[in-house]
Amino acid sequence: MLELLWLIPCLPFAGFLVLALAGKRLEGRAVALVGVGSVALSAILSVMVAVDFMSAPPPGHFYTQTLWQWLDVAGLSPGITFYLDALSLVMMLVVTVVGFLIHLYSSEFMEEDEGYSRFFAYMNLFVGSMLVLLLAQNLLLFYLGWEGVGLCSYLLIGFWYKDPKNGYAARKAFVVTRVGDAAMAVGLFLLYNNLGTLQIQELMEKAHQSWSPGSLLPVAAAALILGGAVGKSAQLPLQTWLPDAMAGPTPVSALIHAATMVTAGVYIIARTHILFELAPPVLAAVAVIGALTLLLSGFSAITQKDIKRVLAYSTISQIGYMFLALGVGAWSAAIFHFMTHAFFKALLFLGAGVIIHGLHHEHDMFKMGGLRRQLPVTFWTFLIASASLSAIPLVTAGFFSKDQILWLAWSSGRGSKWLWAAGIVGALLTSLYTFRMVFITFFGEAHSEVSKKPGTRMLIPLVVLAFLSVTGGYIELPAIMGNVTIFSGFMHTALPPVKPLSGEHMEWILEIIAVVVSLGGVFFAWLFFLWMPGLSARLARTSPGMLLHRFWFSGWAFDWLYDVLLVRPFIWLARINKDDFIDLIYTGIAWYNQAMNSILSLTQNGKVRFYAMGIALGAIITIAIAVLR
Amino acid sequence: MILLLFIIIPLLGGLFAWLFGRRSDPAARWISLVSLLIEQALVVLLWFRNPAAGIGPGAWFADLHSSWIPQLGISFHLAMDGLSLLMVSLTAFLGIMSVAISWTEIRERVGFFHLNLLFILAGINGVFLSMDLFLFYFFWELMLVPMYFLISIWGHENRTYAAIKFFIFTQLSGLLMLLSILGIYFVHARNTGVYTFDYFRLIGTSMTPAVSFWLMMGFFIAFAVKLPAVPFHTWLPDAHTEAPTAGSVVLAGLLLKTGAYGLIRFLVPLFPAAARSLAPAAMILGVIGILYGAVLAFGQRDLKRLVAYTSVSHMGFVLLGIFAWNDLALQGTVLQMICHGISTGALFMLVGALQERIHTRDMDVMGGMWESIPRMGAVVLFFALASLGLPGLGNFVAEFLVLLGSYKVSVIMTSFAVTGLVFATVYSLWIVQRAFHGEKRREWTISDLSLREMAVMFFMIVSLVWLGLYPRPVIDTARPAITGLMQSATSMEAPAAMANGSGNNGGTASQAVMNSGIRELME
Repeated sequence: MLELLWLIPCLPFAGFLVLALAGKRLEGRAVALVGVGSVALSAILSVMVAVDFMSAPPPGHFYTQTLWQWLDVAGLSPGITFYLDALSLVMMLVVTVVGFLIHLYSSEFMEEDEGYSRFFAYMNLFVGSMLVLLLAQNLLLFYLGWEGVGLCSYLLIGFWYKDPKNGYAARKAFVVTRVGDAAMAVGLFLLYNNLGTLQIQELMEKAHQSWSPGSLLPVAAAALILGGAVGKSAQLPLQTWLPDAMAGPTPVSALIHAATMVTAGVYIIARTHILFELAPPVLAAVAVIGALTLLLSGFSAITQKDIKRVLAYSTISQIGYMFLALGVGAWSAAIFHFMTHAFFKALLFLGAGVIIHGLHHEHDMFKMGGLRRQLPVTFWTFLIASASLSAIPLVTAGFFSKDQILWLAWSSGRGSKWLWAAGIVGALLTSLYTFRMVFITFFGEAHSEVSKKPGTRMLIPLVVLAFLSVTGGYIELPAIMGNVTIFSGFMHTALPPVKPLSGEHMEWILEIIAVVVSLGGVFFAWLFFLWMPGLSARLARTSPGMLLHRFWFSGWAFDWLYDVLLVRPFIWLARINKDDFIDLIYTGIAWYNQAMNSILSLTQNGKVRFYAMGIALGAIITIAIAVLR
Repeated sequence: MILLLFIIIPLLGGLFAWLFGRRSDPAARWISLVSLLIEQALVVLLWFRNPAAGIGPGAWFADLHSSWIPQLGISFHLAMDGLSLLMVSLTAFLGIMSVAISWTEIRERVGFFHLNLLFILAGINGVFLSMDLFLFYFFWELMLVPMYFLISIWGHENRTYAAIKFFIFTQLSGLLMLLSILGIYFVHARNTGVYTFDYFRLIGTSMTPAVSFWLMMGFFIAFAVKLPAVPFHTWLPDAHTEAPTAGSVVLAGLLLKTGAYGLIRFLVPLFPAAARSLAPAAMILGVIGILYGAVLAFGQRDLKRLVAYTSVSHMGFVLLGIFAWNDLALQGTVLQMICHGISTGALFMLVGALQERIHTRDMDVMGGMWESIPRMGAVVLFFALASLGLPGLGNFVAEFLVLLGSYKVSVIMTSFAVTGLVFATVYSLWIVQRAFHGEKRREWTISDLSLREMAVMFFMIVSLVWLGLYPRPVIDTARPAITGLMQSATSMEAPAAMANGSGNNGGTASQAVMNSGIRELME
């Protein structure tokens, strides 16, 4: 079964090729069949491969497959080679299964769009590239997938290309992530030049052997890779592109900008964890970046009006949790949260998509309201996902994954109370903005009528994801509540475990605080936005409130900062030097010659008098020089 | 003998195209197309018949040596190694594409147009094959004159200005090179008493560092103008913009490559020590070119001018790679020459096709054209992505290898060069946005790419994907040539350094080694 691994990324690529070449001529139904079918096949194959892998693990708990050798230059010989271990397996399963559900949903959501086949072509290309990214055995192939998903993100954010604003958001996403990618590229050069290979496992082994912890090279290499990771995963300071990326169709936001691509940064850090362990300052920076990002974007999420922007900030914030987990060495916890997050965040986006679809592309939550009666299935599934995001205890997957991160942020050897405190404040913010969103959209007065009800192709993914958002957490329960370790046990074949330093006693205390905090968030949301909506409005109207509100609403003014520091100077430079000042030197020479020519040709005026005078004058001067010398 | 065909076929093809073109335009087009197809077939034949596995020193595929003006030591010496083969192959390929793309664009003096086009190609082939410096200079000038005509007769609005500017820049810098060629000729004669322009004999000529430096500068300026390197680049935007489509394709795709080729083939091997002392400055110029070209590209309103400036940026990678002078960087450079030829050539073709339809290159009146011409939009998007270095396409492999190689030499310069990738993203996406996305500014009623144009684009796209995913055939072909060049440059290092102090012994000794190698090859 494992030898079919190569088909899993290749099927979506084949779908892309068919749709790109013949999509215009295909009927809508055939387009959907190719677009959804290719990912469905890939999902089925993934499940089969996973079953095979887990029931009869290959020696060393990994499997590699080479399709062909890509390059062979002076010892650099990366292959088109796939590498499957517990880490890439889990990611692959989530990407194909959630990807399939979102494709199914899109087949209805995008039905009336004129770019139907173009949409599925891009989506298939995305899934293929994402799988290459996850399965890559060497960093060069990884980079191919990495840039490939960035491209698809660009194409799909700007999918509705007629609006220049979408084009702007798309380019912003591509360019900002490419800033990170440039850093990562330098990281690859550094690794190759010092360790002589780009193959990930070999690199890790050699790094472990030849570099001492905390020395310059591993720190630089890890920092550069981190640069790429913060770009793709929208973490500080490169987080600004993600809220704007919401310009794309909603299924795109669900697939690319919530469930899969934006977690690629988490993946690469986990994948190269040995390198990061050799670079303690960078690892600490990962944790701090995560903690800061989750707080900053949590505050921003509270102030948004656009339902998708709330979700976007929430995504940034949740990835911040994953970074926090990575930073304290809780690798498996980060991947666990990635998985549950993929379920509930995709579900939230798809639910938001149903609303947007039904309300003529309305994004403003304050124009929604009271939707729970009109869209019951959507309401219940959305509520489940919100509960999971807010980490409502015991009944949601999000509770178990986030709780593990908080616990390890406190108790891991690399953890600290401060990181834990940031996480707990973030948890309060999370349930506050989540239930603010739920109360505003689904409760209260209805401000608009739903014109389109979702069909089965849109509802099935909602229900399946809701099921996963609840049960997905039961494969990993904390030590004090059943101590199930199916997930981490499996992950530990690829990622080292982390030993908590604090005891069971402490775990109980922290657990209870976490529960109180997340329920408290729901309570405050209820208080401010349902019970006494005037209160929050009054708070926001006071002058510090207004200032803070504007500050948070704009995402802590990062856009403004970059605009002033980078974008405008660049445009100014390009504009002022449009005609290339260097050319002035050459045209100057030409101009000088012309000027001399016209001055000298004045003397050639055809007047004999003038010539005679010239001869005389010249003679006098010559004689004068000769005599007087 | 086969090497002579690469020069004779385009020359004869051009002549016949001109003769028959007086009676019918299609005849001129078909004759040109067929003669270039024959040339391409010959290259492929040569490629397959002689796989690049090391044949003799430096791995030469074929050699043609006959005396021309023996009194002055001038010989008609052509030879082909993997590097030349790849360049000649690129010439034939882009030549075919240029003829195909000009099929409907050129309607006046069709025969004479093809005469000029094919004569340029003959000159370029000659440049890539000459192993005699005099002959090299001869071909260098041969490609210049018809190009001047191509721009000044079939060009756009400001063609005369552009053609003259192009001519003065290349002619002046070419004269400097001629001086240097004569210089090394006389230095060699004074050392050994043998008057010769033969490349293999001149390699290893020992000179004092000062002489070596100034002679090298003559070559460097000629090649840097062609490449072009900042600050010698200002002829390029004018010439590229004003030339007819085929002219721009040949300029960007091939003529610029002769500069890079000259640096690799002649400058470094002839003056290894001086080249080493120049390397930091040249690499800085390369990095400046990458960044400065990108900023200039972004500032343009004229779509064709924008594409022209991207060449300045991309050729900066070539300069960086050549002067990093290690096998990674050189392989990347060779790939970059090929991939840039294809991707930028294709962009010029697309701009030309667009101009043929809407009669303007001004991006301010474009916009929203994806709706009316989606096929062209998708193809432009593809080549824009190639130009920003998307992995999976050849340009990425090329730039990655160049940077990987230059990292060995200088971390700082490489880091600056890498930011060029970000700028490339900015201007490449800008092309797509301004022309095809956004709001429609006018109601265009224009036809999408025709079958002929799609066929051309198909070949270009397939080549770039092939080079991006399986560039090994190209790398394997170039390897022996690059290894040979690197060896000849490093083995000269010692005598060149010795020339500093005493005597010519070292130089002549290694020259003897070289000459015996060549003799072996010829027998």
